[in-house]
Amino acid sequence: MRVLLLTLFCLTLTAQDIAVRAEKLYTVSGAMITDGVIIIQKGKITAVGKASDIQVPEGMKVLRHKVAVPGLIDGHSTVGFSGLLNQPHDQDQVERSAPMQPELRAIDAYNPKDPLVRFLSNRGITTVHTGHGPGALISGQTLIAKTFGNTIDETVMVPEAMIAATLGDSIRNTEGKAPGTRSKAMAMLRSELLATQDFMKKRRVAKSGQEPDRSLRMEALIQVLRRERPLLITAQKSIDIMGALRLAKEFNIQLVLDGASDAHLLIQEIKTSGVSVIIHPLMTYPRGEMENMNLETPSLLQKAGIPFIFQSGYEAYVPKTRVVLWEAGMAAGNGLSFDQTLYAVTLGAARLLGIQGRVGSLEVGKDGDLALFTGDPFEWTTRCTGTIINGRLVSDGEALKD
Amino acid sequence: MNKTLLSALLIGTCLGLLAQERPIAFTNAYIIPVEGTDLTKGTLLIKGGKIIALGSNVLIPAEADVKDMKGQILMPGIVDSHSHIGSGEGADGSAPIQPEIRISDSINVENTSIRRAQAGGLTTVNVMPGSGHLLSGQTVYLKLRSGHTIDELAFEKTAGGYLGGMKMANGTNSRRSAGNFPGTRAKSASLVREQFIKAQAYQAKIKAAAGDASKMPARDLGMEALVEVLEGKRTVHHHTHRHDDIVTVLRLQKEFGFKVVLHHVSEAWAVADQIKAGGNNVIGASIIVVDSPGGKLETKEVRFSNGASLEQAGVLTGFHTDDPITDSRWFLRAGALAVRYGMSRQEALKAMTLNNAKLLGLDQRVGSLVVGKDADLVVLSGDPFSVYSKVQETWIEGRRVFNRLDPSDRKFATGGIGAAIDTVNHDALLEDESEDL
Repeated sequence: MRVLLLTLFCLTLTAQDIAVRAEKLYTVSGAMITDGVIIIQKGKITAVGKASDIQVPEGMKVLRHKVAVPGLIDGHSTVGFSGLLNQPHDQDQVERSAPMQPELRAIDAYNPKDPLVRFLSNRGITTVHTGHGPGALISGQTLIAKTFGNTIDETVMVPEAMIAATLGDSIRNTEGKAPGTRSKAMAMLRSELLATQDFMKKRRVAKSGQEPDRSLRMEALIQVLRRERPLLITAQKSIDIMGALRLAKEFNIQLVLDGASDAHLLIQEIKTSGVSVIIHPLMTYPRGEMENMNLETPSLLQKAGIPFIFQSGYEAYVPKTRVVLWEAGMAAGNGLSFDQTLYAVTLGAARLLGIQGRVGSLEVGKDGDLALFTGDPFEWTTRCTGTIINGRLVSDGEALKD
Repeated sequence: MNKTLLSALLIGTCLGLLAQERPIAFTNAYIIPVEGTDLTKGTLLIKGGKIIALGSNVLIPAEADVKDMKGQILMPGIVDSHSHIGSGEGADGSAPIQPEIRISDSINVENTSIRRAQAGGLTTVNVMPGSGHLLSGQTVYLKLRSGHTIDELAFEKTAGGYLGGMKMANGTNSRRSAGNFPGTRAKSASLVREQFIKAQAYQAKIKAAAGDASKMPARDLGMEALVEVLEGKRTVHHHTHRHDDIVTVLRLQKEFGFKVVLHHVSEAWAVADQIKAGGNNVIGASIIVVDSPGGKLETKEVRFSNGASLEQAGVLTGFHTDDPITDSRWFLRAGALAVRYGMSRQEALKAMTLNNAKLLGLDQRVGSLVVGKDADLVVLSGDPFSVYSKVQETWIEGRRVFNRLDPSDRKFATGGIGAAIDTVNHDALLEDESEDL
């Protein structure tokens, strides 16, 4: 009996049957549907189309909203790691005891109950790529999670997403420890990857019983060298972006460029390299390494055919998190079309993160994740009126009293 | 070239610098005067740096330069009641109370932060000394004219310097564990109280001297500035976040009677009625809109609905950028987000312009498009509160200081190489633990 009850409870938590009828339904994978209906059963989308063509099953709850889009995807965040309070006890995005710690797993530190996770889900963000942040040469691993759930197990989609690295001024050690310079940082990364190659070789040629001792650090980097996991390199300045591209070429790594505020100066180089970009939050204050940042970078990347997505990034102070919906909106206001912007914050993000089989568009078979709005989602005065994750209405959106 | 012609040219140039002589007529515009109703096809006529006519049927002088603004929106120049553009340096770490400090001594008017503010449509800005003090010095009200010196940008020169207010703060902002800085809230209030009592005594000595120079107290720059505060000639701009800290400001205001504007007010939603009940010298509140709560404990209960709460309570409400905390280029977004969370559109537009002008006591000159006021205006491509709208032009006293069609101006709106150089002190402000928010 207890087992049965538990099973039922889990089902209600993760899977619900619900229909949404919207004046404008953006599937992203196809054209916008005027007066559209989407049906979600057992957490998955089972039908999408014009209201006149879709038969809503008898008794199914129908929510009516102005605009429905796929649940929004934050391309890179530290939410759940860099908590609301910004006190030592809720800041787990960077471990500073050593410059390179690829073995640090994100699932060991993610707090799905941090109020900022809820803050984001109230604004239509249903999936976040989050984890160890910029600020160490290799800070650790990242994960991909839904923004609703009590435990990591309930919420996580991809427990081991990428390995996060950083180049540039923010990792410079001024106390006589390495890395103290850009060249030193590059040399350290190279040496580490060479050591990993050496470790792989030793394992391969070792006779049974004589294998090298396990190394969590090497095991994490082996995945990078085998192109099983991307290396996410946060690099803002041209020299650091070029360093990242060079490293990726040398080791045949699947690189994802993060931040890249000088990307608008290196369009050709980035295009040739074939890498994707998770562009910095556009509303970051232009200063320091980011003094050249340009609101029109997304539209330049788009024109060049370089895959890119948006992010909320890491914030050390106020605001403690940005909102990827609003960051994307700034691109829509600066040359990127509405459709291109919506794509980048939904299906484009899903593809770049490798989760397009489950989320990113409103297609039959995908997770029932939706964001509902009073109008154009990117408009400053539009409010989110509901968020659905796995078919469950997890939020009524932004409250007027927020 | 003969001397007379040269002189004539020189005089002509000087006059040109001083005032815009040829009238300019902006026609065919959707005009939001902020005071009065919107005009769908209005004409705004300006001359000599002032607004001389506004309406649907304005007689345009033959010599006027006519600008057809079809499809564009005209609104008053935006006023920012709290900013740190110009990379100024205020009080240092030597003491928690430094009223003698003048931010005007350290502003670099060539700093690109000022160009970016122009690109955001800002025309009048209260530049404050930065932070981490109970009282960090005298602020300066700037007009963001094109110029090379603080004299050219000052809103108005006064006998003692430039028009401005006095920056104060409470809560955790001014607490430090070292030196003679306060370690608790009660100590903070006590130090401020002590200082104002001292200023009252200084004021009494001046009064007793009755103009007799031999009886005057020794000059004290800090005391002189605080006497201006006590006499209501210099408004206190008070950083305060938590509900109890807001109420503490109201208490000190009552004790000493100074004019005060409450800044940031993260928990205004909790004490909006108390702010309203503060009386005439509690001029109003200026809100910062940040994208999420937290990051700093005092802002963990901040609400986007502060604008709506203050409007409902009838408090004179403005907004500020606190640049670099938020970016001057999209300052209009602050008002837009307040509308998103329940503030009326009309009041939010007012807050960005006329209300901010009132908070600075400059509403006789700026804040609305009214005949007689300064010809400070913003040309927008669309709805001021839309993410898709662009500031096309910014005008101050009849001169265009930003034109998006000019690539050398445009970069200050979009960013790119050279758009954000010279921000050294901005960096310091952002990295300082006791920074200004």
